[in-house]
Amino acid sequence: MSDSLLLVAMLVVPAVGAAVVAALPRERTALARQLALGVSLVVLLLAVLATVAFDPDGDRFQLTTSVPWIESFGVDFALGVDGIALVMLLLIGVLVPVVVLASWDDKAPARRSMRTFFAWLLLLEACMVGVFAATDVFLFYVFFEAMLVPMYFIVGSFGGPRRQYAAVKFFLYSLVGGLVMLAAVIGLYVVSEAAGDGTFAFESLRQLEIDPAAQRLLFLGFFVAFAIKAPLVPLHTWLPDAGAEAPIGGAVLLVGVLDKVGTFGFLRYCLPLFPDASREFAPLVLVLAVAGILYAALLAMGQTDMKRLVSYTSIAHFGFIALGVFAFTTEAATGAVLYMVNHGIATGLLFLVVGMLIARGGSRLVGDYGGVASAAPKLAGVFLIAGLASLALPGTNSFVSEFLVLVGSFPTRPVFTVLATVGIILAALYVLILYQRTMHGPQRGVLFPAADEPAGDAVPTSGGAHGATATLTAPAPAPARTTSRLRDLSRREMAVVAPLVALVIALGVYPQPLIRLIEPAVAATMSDVGADPAGTSPTPEGTD
Amino acid sequence: MTIEAPDLSLAALAPLLFVFGAACIGVLVEAFGPRESRHPVQVAVALVGTLGGLVATLLLSGTREVTAGGALAVDGAGLFLQATIAALGALSLLLFAERNLDPARSAFVVAAAVPAGSVRDRELLTVPRVQTEVYPLATFAIGGMMLFVTANDLLVMFVALEVLSLPLYLICGLARRRRLLSQEAAVKYFLLGAFASAFFLYGLALVYGATGSVRLSEVRESVSGDGSGILAVLGLALLIVGLLFKASVAPFHTWTPDVYQGAPTPVTAFMAACTKVAAFGAILRLLYVGFGTEEWTWRPLIYGVAIVSMVVGAVLGLTQTDLKRMLAYSSVAHAGFLLTGVLGYPSGGDPDGSGLPAVMFYLVAYGLTTLGAFAVLTLVRSGDGEATHLSQWAGLAQRSPLTAAVMSLFLLALAGIPLTSGFTGKFAVFRAAIEDGAWPLVLVAVLTSAVAAFFYLRVIVLMYFSEPAADGPTVGVPGMPTTVVLAVTAAATLVLGIVPGAVLGLADQAAIFVG
Repeated sequence: MSDSLLLVAMLVVPAVGAAVVAALPRERTALARQLALGVSLVVLLLAVLATVAFDPDGDRFQLTTSVPWIESFGVDFALGVDGIALVMLLLIGVLVPVVVLASWDDKAPARRSMRTFFAWLLLLEACMVGVFAATDVFLFYVFFEAMLVPMYFIVGSFGGPRRQYAAVKFFLYSLVGGLVMLAAVIGLYVVSEAAGDGTFAFESLRQLEIDPAAQRLLFLGFFVAFAIKAPLVPLHTWLPDAGAEAPIGGAVLLVGVLDKVGTFGFLRYCLPLFPDASREFAPLVLVLAVAGILYAALLAMGQTDMKRLVSYTSIAHFGFIALGVFAFTTEAATGAVLYMVNHGIATGLLFLVVGMLIARGGSRLVGDYGGVASAAPKLAGVFLIAGLASLALPGTNSFVSEFLVLVGSFPTRPVFTVLATVGIILAALYVLILYQRTMHGPQRGVLFPAADEPAGDAVPTSGGAHGATATLTAPAPAPARTTSRLRDLSRREMAVVAPLVALVIALGVYPQPLIRLIEPAVAATMSDVGADPAGTSPTPEGTD
Repeated sequence: MTIEAPDLSLAALAPLLFVFGAACIGVLVEAFGPRESRHPVQVAVALVGTLGGLVATLLLSGTREVTAGGALAVDGAGLFLQATIAALGALSLLLFAERNLDPARSAFVVAAAVPAGSVRDRELLTVPRVQTEVYPLATFAIGGMMLFVTANDLLVMFVALEVLSLPLYLICGLARRRRLLSQEAAVKYFLLGAFASAFFLYGLALVYGATGSVRLSEVRESVSGDGSGILAVLGLALLIVGLLFKASVAPFHTWTPDVYQGAPTPVTAFMAACTKVAAFGAILRLLYVGFGTEEWTWRPLIYGVAIVSMVVGAVLGLTQTDLKRMLAYSSVAHAGFLLTGVLGYPSGGDPDGSGLPAVMFYLVAYGLTTLGAFAVLTLVRSGDGEATHLSQWAGLAQRSPLTAAVMSLFLLALAGIPLTSGFTGKFAVFRAAIEDGAWPLVLVAVLTSAVAAFFYLRVIVLMYFSEPAADGPTVGVPGMPTTVVLAVTAAATLVLGIVPGAVLGLADQAAIFVG
């Protein structure tokens, strides 16, 4: 079947691209980024083709390929997508070119080359595609772990001042989770061996009847890995560090895609493979989810560092996704999957805008900015759209998904849902406070040095100067006159944000195509877990 | 009175004959060969011997026989491990033969008998003469190891243990730089090794007393027939202690960091790779063949020792600031991982326990990776010696991207990241252990893996994310031998991670003990 090679191509193209980019000479940064953009656009095209070829009412897994890989372990190199994986592939396809474009003019730290950055980025893309497209649990695990290496180097080589700490913390947290999952993966195999044929194929494993005690252990093994990845609350502390220290492009992919592997894993592996254990542990997960929504939102409000703030908002959002997944209704879970996509777009956009602001001011602190809107209206406008999408204003994409999650969860889990709703108010607070402090009010801070301190005091007036607080990331642009220090969005930056802004609005108004892709896969998952498949009309005009 | 000649299958002994033959020729060359041509000749003889041994084991594949009057068991597992030792040994000999890195052309001292620090010693330090005794010595050690893994008789096993150990004690003390450290390492290794040998011998005596035989198959019949009395169990425990010492399993590991640090780095590489294979070969044979029917006698012991070894290796590895010591503790931790695989013994009615092939594969993977990692250490030099302090490796990626990349590959493999051989090996042994119901042990193993990953990562962080020190080390340009070693080990680390099927299949087929 010619279709089936699509997924293989999505894996091979970025991997080969990464090798080619890495092999370029050091100075050829320009060529490297053009190649990276080209390769990532090809992947986007392949993702679109895969969507076209995908039939939502067809088999659960489509575009499948399977060849034996390691026979003595019973491992197949098996790829295939259901609707959930497919929308994640689309998200990857969209975000990577955007990230390449956003990192276009970034300067690599001393003695490093942006060529390497783009090479790692493409390798990361290949691993991300693999992790969502794998239908063999072993293969999934391989990509799950392999994915850490490129991200580790992206954070560690190209990140902020505390990048070493953040990179190692990220790697170790994920590795601990991954290794516990490895034990569970092997356990799963051994269980399948006892039941007949040892296999890692998802479809065969799904049909196993595993006894409850084993289910509990295996569930916990998988759950720990995914809860660290997603991250759920007591296991989340690596994300603010990694998110804050990663370069903007890395941060977008980290929270936009990598962390979704956790929630994707809940849906793909925890629920269908261990239905009894999932039902048993659901209250625990829901407590963690709701705690995350409230706790992370409160912490977000208290952050002074914008990148940390955005990272904390993500933790709150992951709480909503986990709530949707473990509410066990088709409606809520469909909302959760849609949330995964929408969060990638909205938070990705927010990270990008914050990154653009930081690139101008050279500081990550909220307090170093003020009144930006009057000087850079386009930047402020996009900032507002990203913020509103993040707080799930009706009309933006996130609203649809958040609403679906809450509406879908309410019938089965009213208490948790009501508590989670408080999170919406908190979200409005942290986003609007951030927006108001940085964009409105009198012009002040690092971008307007003359406004609140005598010129020439902290900031030398001539070229090559660094702002007083510009110690954190990029050097501040040289001011000719104090007010013209702030450029509005350039044409490239407009090109970076335009697709995401368009998606925020388009998916806010008309999410139906995505829901159409997602819903059959979610319904199948819900029937695996034996949940009430009743709520099958996931439209915003449901109950309530 | 007639004495019956024992049956002797020369064909089955061919690998051993090759290696020991080469070692003997090496001694003759050392005695009679002209000094100028000795080095190339010695290298050639040693390589021909080990590679000949390797080819012989490959030709013998499929052989299952007990020969030499029942003293040797030439079977699948034995041949597989012999081939592994021969291959790793040949690679180590290549490291010994490297002449481009040290300004004085060799990592070994010219005249080991000259007191360290004396006038004569200082004179000799800059003499470009090379010492060649190390080749026959190492070849003897390789031969001993190959004998060790096929010994079907506790006495032969003891003889092999001594044949492999004595040359090792010697060559540990032959470092050209930092000679006192090297000599201290040799003495320490010798003293503790002698104790371990004594334990082994005492255990042998007790087992003989309890069962009336030193032949593993007869020991098994005796213990499974009459039940194993206190004598046999005590004897087994002492035998295991002797072997665990060689395998550097905690708590019998205390020599490992000192000896690994003090010995010349090529010798450390040799010990880390080959001795580990040999010791585990003997452990497997002793437990599976001799006491396979009496699993309860050793299972709890191995279980506990595995946990201790993993925890000690991982936790103490964290505190090391010297790369050689760090890799030594890593070797202790890996010994623990290997023991988890040893537990995957085909117990009771289940004939296809996957422990044996898993451990065999792990030994190949770990041997190649650790050999490669030590080979990288020989490249990074400051002043005259090797720069093994962690801080000296800061920013190495900017000085030599290729060296840093290769080292990172080995470290990721040691940490067990997928798509490297280390992951495949870990997966295999963990699977064997879980199949045997030892999942709590595997849980400890994965957590200690994560701890151990921290110190491997720390080196990568230093190499890639730190600024280079002003007077940092230089990265030497290796000659042909080290280049070959690095290429082979790096390629194997990747291949065994991405397409391990062939070697895994081979290990599966070969995983048979006779006798």
